[in-house]
Amino acid sequence: MKGGRRRFGAAERGLLPEGRLSGPMPWVIAIMMFLTVLAAAAGLGLAGAATRLDDQIGSRVTVQIIEARPRQRDAQAAAAADTLRRLPGVISVRPVSEEEIATLLEPWIGSIGLESDLPVPALIDVDLTPAAHAGLERLRSAVVAVAPAARVDDNAQWLAPLASLIGALKWLAAGLVLLMVGATAATVVLAARAALDTHRGTIEILHLMGATDVQVARLFQRRIALDALFGGLVGFILAGGVLIGLGERVSALGSELLGSATIPTQGWAVLIGLPMFGVLLAMLVARLTILRALGRLL
Amino acid sequence: MTEFSAFQRTLGSWAGLKRPARPCDGSCGAVNEAGRRFLNATGSIVQFENVGLRYGTGAETLSDLSFSLKEGGFYFLTGPSGAGKTSLLKLLYLALRPSRGLIRLFGEDIVTMSRSRLPGFRRRIGVVFQEFRLVSHLSAFDNVALPLRVAGVEDKDLHTPVTEMLAWVGLADRASARPATLSGGEQQRVAIARAVIGRPELLVADEPTGNVDPEMAKRLLHLFDSLNKLGTTVIVATHDLHLLSRVQRAEMLRLDRGQIADPTGALRNPPKRAEA
Repeated sequence: MKGGRRRFGAAERGLLPEGRLSGPMPWVIAIMMFLTVLAAAAGLGLAGAATRLDDQIGSRVTVQIIEARPRQRDAQAAAAADTLRRLPGVISVRPVSEEEIATLLEPWIGSIGLESDLPVPALIDVDLTPAAHAGLERLRSAVVAVAPAARVDDNAQWLAPLASLIGALKWLAAGLVLLMVGATAATVVLAARAALDTHRGTIEILHLMGATDVQVARLFQRRIALDALFGGLVGFILAGGVLIGLGERVSALGSELLGSATIPTQGWAVLIGLPMFGVLLAMLVARLTILRALGRLL
Repeated sequence: MTEFSAFQRTLGSWAGLKRPARPCDGSCGAVNEAGRRFLNATGSIVQFENVGLRYGTGAETLSDLSFSLKEGGFYFLTGPSGAGKTSLLKLLYLALRPSRGLIRLFGEDIVTMSRSRLPGFRRRIGVVFQEFRLVSHLSAFDNVALPLRVAGVEDKDLHTPVTEMLAWVGLADRASARPATLSGGEQQRVAIARAVIGRPELLVADEPTGNVDPEMAKRLLHLFDSLNKLGTTVIVATHDLHLLSRVQRAEMLRLDRGQIADPTGALRNPPKRAEA
């Protein structure tokens, strides 16, 4: 029954007794929203991390000159760097200094590593455009032609399992968010049906006086929206607290990898929008449930 | 008569109400042209033709009912308990659809009418339920105001007519009382006030004086009579035969075992078909 343009006003809101509709629904929605925000934050953080990994080191290769004789090693490193700089699609070429290599090796061979006669390869970090990265064989051939001791390591190769894991976790988080949305909708359906049963007498009276289905549905929609807003805000505030706490701990760890899993600004906008989305979802589901149930009455 | 004057004043305040276009904000139930023609031709606000009503798969509660109610008429519906009076009234106030037969209300066939048009027709009918059916968490004032709110009357326009109607049924000082704190008679008066406040075109009352003292019964019947004089068609189901003599122009329908029992035929109007 779609008639009845007029909405019930403030006084009509009392047509359903206050406080009896709510029951456990706001708290269930609070729990759902808490978990949804955490799952969404994890998904957004992982998506950010995947993007940053790809941007920062996904198109990077490392050229190692594995030559025991220092003079030849230095000569080949210089020739390889010159060749790389002339190749198309090469964004930057950065020979890694001996000090940096010493720092990298220090945890394994101690502070005297490079001063000893231990042969250590020369390293060159090369950032490529995605197109150049796709044609890596051409670069490899060019480098080996001028530096036979060169070996080109593609960072994306050893990052692939990590990127795959991050991708899987990201989709898992998205799946969890969808499940939570479904569970929230199911909760609202059950709450709306229970409310209809509780207030069946009042609804029948309203119907017999000429109230349309839409008028009756609006009464329930408003109540369910208020419950959803309360639950959504409680869940969001709790989840926000947890996220801030986790963020501080990750910062304290100083891990570059974990630190890259930060939520971008638009991600925060999405998270803040979740309670409002929850309210809209609850209103829509309640409306459809109630209209469908009322449609079975005469 | 003083009471009638008071009631006229109450009606006068109703006349100032801003009401939505009947019957349902212009969107769900305006009588169509064919219905209007039928109404004009027959003068019957209600017409039953061979109507039967069956609950589930049981025997028919109402069988082969054929009668019509004139627009502006006053009718008493009598009969023993279990005769089907309440079922007949439910058909009239659109709580049920018949299992068979034709029912015309305000000139339109309501048996095949779409659901979306029913609210508009219900707003034209006032109902006094046998068991009152007041909304338990609402005050007497809000219960009486309910039909006006459903019809779209603004809150600021509610106070005067509702207060006057409560005063007329002797409950001015009980406006804020909830039904649980009212006596049976008081609840019945609230139910009657709720049924008549919307100035219905058809008033259906199921044992409206069953729980009130004779003086209040007389007063309530006078209210119905006054409404009837203003054009409302009234049908009152009752066991109280004394009531019948109080409205001189009233006609009687007698039900017995789900059928019209009127051996003389003098007290009912036979159905008339509209000319095509």
